[in-house]
Amino acid sequence: MTDFPNTGQPRQSLLNLDDRTKKRNAAEARFKAYGIAAIVTAMLALAILLSSVVANGSSAFRQTFITIDVPLDADKLDKSGVRDLDVMKKVTTIGYAKLLREGLLNAITDAGIDTSLSDKEIATLISKEAPATVRNSVLANPSLVGETLTFDLLASGRIDGYYKGRVTLESAALDGNTSPEALMLADALKAEGLITTRFNWNFLTAPDASDQRPEAAGLGVAILGSLYMMLVVLFLALPIGVAASIYLEEFAPKNRWTDVIEVNISNLAAVPSIVYGILGLAIFINFMHFNQSSPLVGGLVLTLMTLPTIIISTRAALKSVPPSIRDAALGVGASKMQSVFHHVLPLAAPGILTGTIIGLAQALGETAPLLLIGMVAFVREYPAAYTENAGLFGEAATALPVQVYNWTQRADPGFVERASGAIITLLVFLLIMNAVAIFLRRKFERRW
Amino acid sequence: MPLSLPLVVILGLCLAGWFLAQSRAMSVSAGDRRKLASLPRQHGLNTVLSTAIPALGLILVWMLFGRLFSDSWLANSPLVFQGGVIAVALAGCLWSLGRIRIDFRARAAAERWIKGLLIFASTIAILTTVGIVMSMLFETSNFFRDYSWTDFFFSAEWSPNFRGDSALGILPLLWGTLYISLIALAFAVPIGLFAAIYLSEYASVRVRSVVKPLIEILAGIPTIVYGLFALITVGPFLRDYFAQPMGFGESASSVMTAGLVMGVMLIPFVSSLSDDIINAVPQAMRDGSLGLGATKSETIRQVVIPAALPGIVGAVLLAASRAIGETMIVVLGAGAAARLSLNPFEAMTTVTVKIVSQLTGDTDFASPETLVAFALGLTLFVITLGLNVFALFIVRRYREQYE
Repeated sequence: MTDFPNTGQPRQSLLNLDDRTKKRNAAEARFKAYGIAAIVTAMLALAILLSSVVANGSSAFRQTFITIDVPLDADKLDKSGVRDLDVMKKVTTIGYAKLLREGLLNAITDAGIDTSLSDKEIATLISKEAPATVRNSVLANPSLVGETLTFDLLASGRIDGYYKGRVTLESAALDGNTSPEALMLADALKAEGLITTRFNWNFLTAPDASDQRPEAAGLGVAILGSLYMMLVVLFLALPIGVAASIYLEEFAPKNRWTDVIEVNISNLAAVPSIVYGILGLAIFINFMHFNQSSPLVGGLVLTLMTLPTIIISTRAALKSVPPSIRDAALGVGASKMQSVFHHVLPLAAPGILTGTIIGLAQALGETAPLLLIGMVAFVREYPAAYTENAGLFGEAATALPVQVYNWTQRADPGFVERASGAIITLLVFLLIMNAVAIFLRRKFERRW
Repeated sequence: MPLSLPLVVILGLCLAGWFLAQSRAMSVSAGDRRKLASLPRQHGLNTVLSTAIPALGLILVWMLFGRLFSDSWLANSPLVFQGGVIAVALAGCLWSLGRIRIDFRARAAAERWIKGLLIFASTIAILTTVGIVMSMLFETSNFFRDYSWTDFFFSAEWSPNFRGDSALGILPLLWGTLYISLIALAFAVPIGLFAAIYLSEYASVRVRSVVKPLIEILAGIPTIVYGLFALITVGPFLRDYFAQPMGFGESASSVMTAGLVMGVMLIPFVSSLSDDIINAVPQAMRDGSLGLGATKSETIRQVVIPAALPGIVGAVLLAASRAIGETMIVVLGAGAAARLSLNPFEAMTTVTVKIVSQLTGDTDFASPETLVAFALGLTLFVITLGLNVFALFIVRRYREQYE
């Protein structure tokens, strides 16, 4: 060991870092940490977003039902006694509500539950939708009249909310639509097994319901409307998009006109979606007089919106087919058109399909343009695919994302849960579509 | 308009034409197909296309524009239209059958039809743009006939009144739009940029293969989901923990709410664009810097970023145009009150929100309160188009620099 005299010169050892190097290394570590922090923030945002939706919405798939015996009194439901449907239709849901109340009161007395509530207050346990359910099943099968049948009826939104944690005894005390006593009564009924909470298919199949009955609202019409629109988009955007891409990629001469088209397409891809809604309103509805809020108009607007996406991905797929394939086809006497349709297009098909599915997924989640063409309307009838009057896909419908928007505008807090549940449904559809796209890409992707 | 009859007839004519053309081709060549310039199949195809395309085109035109004539004699006599379509199909069929000769190049003729279809498909993009511009220009000119354009562009008051006599100044809406976009970009650009830098310069292949798709999930989520997130989660959270304790306001929907959520939406947009651009910087430039003794972060800050800067600016501009045109997040998160204020915890409104609210109400379509939506839409279109063209110009020019 030799001690170097300290001469005041900078240390030369590379093992001991001087201040400047330390500072530079610290800056390096800091910079890297910023990057990690940015990624963590993004991941965190994604996690919070998804968990917030799932936490709010998963309860929409479960629903509280009250099981009671309803005496379908022949005197009240069918005064004529001949089971004539026209006569029976005169009994409105108010008449049925009385029967339901009777059934519920019987069930409470049978179970030996004491309650201080009036009969009228007890009846608020049952959803306002339930009389219509019973009425429909009676009208569908008039021979039921006179019997006493067991029905699973929707509990009212407040009772449902109570079992999902949305309504508490404290909040019920301030609520005009329910009371702590009603909730206690519901607890007693639950203990007797008369109130149950279980998976709710109606959420996926039932139509929308009015403002006072969130418990009955479902996505049936919205899913059907979205499906119709996706069919329109698929059958229009795919052929048009592929044809346009083939022309631009394989045939178009390099001139000013082609340039204009290309610049146009890339700009259309970045036009705000609401502008397409204005286009749909002005051209398809006001000028061409298509039916307002019909899936046909929605589909047309979404087609125009999806076209740039499909064209861009199709062109990429066509571009990735090596020129040797085309040359080989041309060499054995195929025309240009034959080389494209017989050889290039089949080879590009997986890429085109993937792009199309991603474009469809984008269209499925789009809301803003549909608001403008009137798809926010309250629709309770399942739209038919074809009718003589309205034509193909011409009947009023809503769409999944629009239904979400619709429900966020309602006053009853029960609709927040419904909206989040609808989002979960929408995200599941998107997940399936994207998974299919990824699967296709993995399975058929070819490297040349 | 019943279409089933013409469609069935067209289908029948196509089928008949397909077989007739082939047999006729064989008969003109006296049974020796080697004498034919085109295969019998090509003659068949040409006949089918000549039959179907003009007739189907006529049907398409009728479907799109037929409702314009719903009052005239045309609509009341469906036979005229049906007969017209059938006549066109028949004429096409007979014409193409008549053209069959030994030396007729049916393949080229059929391919001309197909090429026509391809060209038609590619002009739809142009037609869309023309449709957008025309529809908005037309209604906007109607609007400016009733309402002075100086008031629209320079008035700071927005208070539509459906009994008429409204103040429809765009400035508060533009202010809300810009303020929200600014907050969104202030959130998204640093995060997106640092994420892109980390992913392209530091991350291992494994980290990259996990994180990149996760960030891209954010891009695939529909904006209505972000909107609901703003409405039920972010808005109440900001109100309860920031705005109320600090005395900034009582509103759950605010510029901050919409801006933050929109920022999250823009992260993948900024990061994937900047990722592409950073990757396009040649490796030799990095190697040169590292060889001179610079640390990795110094290389990135002093070499890579300056080289990529034009591209990154382009990416930011594209993100800004996205933010300005975004609708659902602001509809659900920003509020509806038109206001010129600096407080980010106050509800403000944007151009897109007002387009939605003016066009979804049950109002007289010809009133200025409704027509103003088209003027707003045109303004929005012009702004976003300008940003896009400028951004694409920058990005493109930059990309060419190193290729």
